[in-house]
Amino acid sequence: MSQEILSLSLSSARDALRIGDIGAVELTEAYIAAVETLRSLNAFITETPELALEMAKASEARLAANEGGAMEGIPIGMKDLFCTEDVLTTAASHILDGFLPTYESTVSANLWNAGAVMLGKTNLDEFAMGSSNMTSHYGSVENPWRTSEEDNKKYVPGGSSGGSASIVAAHGAIAATGTDTGGSIRQPAAFCGIVGMKPTYGRCSRWGVIAFASSLDQAGPLTRTVRDAAIMLGAMAGHDPKDSTSMNLPVPDYEASLSGDLKGMRIGVPKEYRIDGTPADIEALWDEGVDWLKSAGAEVVEISLPHTKYALPAYYIVAPAEASSNLARYDGVRFGLRVDGNNLQEMYENTRSAGFGEEVQRRVMIGSYVLSAGYYDAYYLKAQKVRTRIADDFRQAWDKVDAILTPTTPSAAFAQGEKMDDPIAMYLNDVLTVPASMAGLPAISVPSGLSKDNLPLGLHVIGKPFDEATVLKVGQVIENAAGFTAKPQTIAGG
Amino acid sequence: MPPDSQRSRKRLQEGKIISDLLKGSTGDWEMVIGLEIHAQVSCKAKLFSGAPTTFGAEPNTQVSLVDAAMPGMLPVLNKMAVRAAVRTGLAIKAQVNKRSIFVRKNYFYPDLPFGYQISQYEEPIVGEGEIEIDLPDGTIRKIGVERLHLEQDAGKSLHDQHPTKTFIDLNRAGVPLMEIVSKPDMRSADEASAYVEKMRSILRYIKTCDGNMQEGSLRVDANVSVRYPGDELGNRCEIKNLNSIKFLKLAIEYEARRQISIIEDGGNIKQETRLFDTGRGETRTMRSKEDAHDYRYFPDPDLLPVTLEDSFIDDMKLTLPELPDERKARFVDDYGLSLYDAGVLVTERETAEYFETVATGRDAKQASNWVTSDLFGRLNKESLSISESPVSAAAFGSLLDLISDDTISGRIAKDVFEEMFTSGRDAAAIVEEKGLKQITDTGALEAIVDGVIARGTTQVEQYKSGNEKIIGWFVGQVMKESQGKANPQTVNALLREKLSG
Repeated sequence: MSQEILSLSLSSARDALRIGDIGAVELTEAYIAAVETLRSLNAFITETPELALEMAKASEARLAANEGGAMEGIPIGMKDLFCTEDVLTTAASHILDGFLPTYESTVSANLWNAGAVMLGKTNLDEFAMGSSNMTSHYGSVENPWRTSEEDNKKYVPGGSSGGSASIVAAHGAIAATGTDTGGSIRQPAAFCGIVGMKPTYGRCSRWGVIAFASSLDQAGPLTRTVRDAAIMLGAMAGHDPKDSTSMNLPVPDYEASLSGDLKGMRIGVPKEYRIDGTPADIEALWDEGVDWLKSAGAEVVEISLPHTKYALPAYYIVAPAEASSNLARYDGVRFGLRVDGNNLQEMYENTRSAGFGEEVQRRVMIGSYVLSAGYYDAYYLKAQKVRTRIADDFRQAWDKVDAILTPTTPSAAFAQGEKMDDPIAMYLNDVLTVPASMAGLPAISVPSGLSKDNLPLGLHVIGKPFDEATVLKVGQVIENAAGFTAKPQTIAGG
Repeated sequence: MPPDSQRSRKRLQEGKIISDLLKGSTGDWEMVIGLEIHAQVSCKAKLFSGAPTTFGAEPNTQVSLVDAAMPGMLPVLNKMAVRAAVRTGLAIKAQVNKRSIFVRKNYFYPDLPFGYQISQYEEPIVGEGEIEIDLPDGTIRKIGVERLHLEQDAGKSLHDQHPTKTFIDLNRAGVPLMEIVSKPDMRSADEASAYVEKMRSILRYIKTCDGNMQEGSLRVDANVSVRYPGDELGNRCEIKNLNSIKFLKLAIEYEARRQISIIEDGGNIKQETRLFDTGRGETRTMRSKEDAHDYRYFPDPDLLPVTLEDSFIDDMKLTLPELPDERKARFVDDYGLSLYDAGVLVTERETAEYFETVATGRDAKQASNWVTSDLFGRLNKESLSISESPVSAAAFGSLLDLISDDTISGRIAKDVFEEMFTSGRDAAAIVEEKGLKQITDTGALEAIVDGVIARGTTQVEQYKSGNEKIIGWFVGQVMKESQGKANPQTVNALLREKLSG
């Protein structure tokens, strides 16, 4: 029974809960037990089993009264970048030691209002800065996938939402929240063989989400199916007057948009995404994806996004610049870690040296540098201009196509410890996801096949601003055609 | 040639206003002054949070999660502050920018919770403008305004609460400020203070800032440099946080003298930020240019650009009341007041309104004299503002009515006013109770006049031999006997009639 219940997708579990086939407490108890068996993944920073049971009981009562919300009784992981009231919130950083928010982020509050149950706070790269989940103060997260049962290497789950991706893939949560700044939902989803969706910038409130790069950060779901992503995104999204960048637009019924029919649609394949050195298995998967979309009735055309190659370098100026300023508040004065010194300057230095890990310090330094007098025009301002060009590229593409298909990542998951001494190689993980981030566009990664080494690979669909519905529809066509049923080596109940 | 030096040359050629120049051992020096006014916007909430801005509250009781920069908190612009900035821009005849942006000014300090101040830099909400200042000698000068922008205030560091620790009060953190930057158009401490006074007057008229310098609602930074008249601008020093007009003048004068003596001794002025020590009456170094922060300004990604519709700006124009200069011109035209009196009366909106209430339907010059000398004198003595005056404008008007209908004399009116001021009672009641009504009845006065003439035989002779001035003595005697209540005109007429008879 346990294995069966843990295998239910969000939509199946929702339906089963509604008709009473399973109980909310029963479901949550199964997941609490699963989380215990999956501790070797290090996917959670904080587990909240008691809170989960309490929430599940409340869900059960609401379901019995036919008052269940869209996510009623669904146990999920909450990325530890979302502030949760009275529950330790760390951003995987030493500098937030002991931080108990007195407030609840809008997105998590929306999910609790929709009936979701919190299993705990999932691990991530420190302050969401990383693509491997190796930079967490709370230790690295393991990908539940290996190349084979005999393979004893540990693979990274991707990042920064690595804990969320790993635990959903290993059936330790039905779904989990993530945040995506340059690929932090989509890349780990691809590495762990699950669905990850970044909505349009402005679709989900950033209020109460610990900021990395404010003009890029966007919350989204990590789920096992595209339908699950549609349901969960609907529960997370919505206008929030507390976030000035949140758009005041109605949230459509995303689940209803999953028609499976792409007739009359045009899908673009950008030639600039064919990067030298892309592995053959990824190229082949991409071609396969094109065929799947054609079979569903779409017309696939080659398009050009000429400024693509500048997206990554521009991103690694804009994001650290904003981060250097966003992280200035962690100064030891009001909350979190303080390491005293003989004077104020020393206290700042001691606190921030001890509190921030190497990658965070690297980005704060890069960011401070590109904003400093004499360098601002050459770096930050130039990067902003590039960003405008990238957005223009996409705007022109929308005249020709309704969505764009690319691979999610230039490789499958790599072993823990690789690329750690080469930040540029690490940053290249985001090369295919960053352009959509820079343009603020919605995009999804859908598990579509296995690499030659038997690790999951994702296909990536990018859509027009606030047209998440089309992105999800195309994503589901890929999901159905791919028929991705492979399971990771580490899986609860399995 | 920049307008500044044209102006100085012209001044020298015309040979006037040289009193603005400072004498040094090597010749005359000219001060060049630019001011930055930080005006706290009069609104109930902070610039980017809903926390209240009440002055004098217990430390850290006016602080929202946003003001404390808790993780994940985001700023949301207070539209009331935008309205205030636009109305102020319009009141100083400035360019209102339809698009402006907020930027982050990054630096570390414990009373700056975000680690940056949200301010405006290259694209402020208000651009160039101009105000007229009234100088003590009656001349009027135009002073340019460079820009006006919105920004948040920082909190307060309290260094005197504990031997080794600094305490932080975040009540002020996030309070909305308008920073109004003048052009370097002022040439004396008097001009600088006239500029601040006029700006404060305008802000109070339109109620965008209460202008209270003691509570810190209005603070001034002064940029001061000196030069030989007509020369290029010298290096400037910025004196921070001057919180009274008096200190502003003292600081500017001290600073100019300091710079002159350094240059005349062969030294150079280093550009730096200085503080005014109010106890010693001198400025001293706060930080030098080398220590200046690199603020790493960049657009705040948490806030959208502020875009204003023409219709909004037009609506804001309609909300503006009559401004001090317009009102001054009207007082001169409508009431025949001198420019000086009109200027004094319009400085405070409440005073101007008080005066108009008193003057309407009455002798405006008389009203002006009474308000500016008697009322102001009495208020100053008690350190009261016009709105705290124990004598209302209506009550004051009825006092003047008693003079003009000959119920009391001007002399008696002074006593009645004093009584009104201390007791708060109205003029007619005081006159009635104390029997101060003027005696205009000829019959009643004749008896007194006859008695005085009978006693003053010597004075009668003098009068008859041609010394008409002696009539003053008779008037004095009659007034004395009537306890001041005799109508002077009636007494005069009676005396002349009887003495000539």
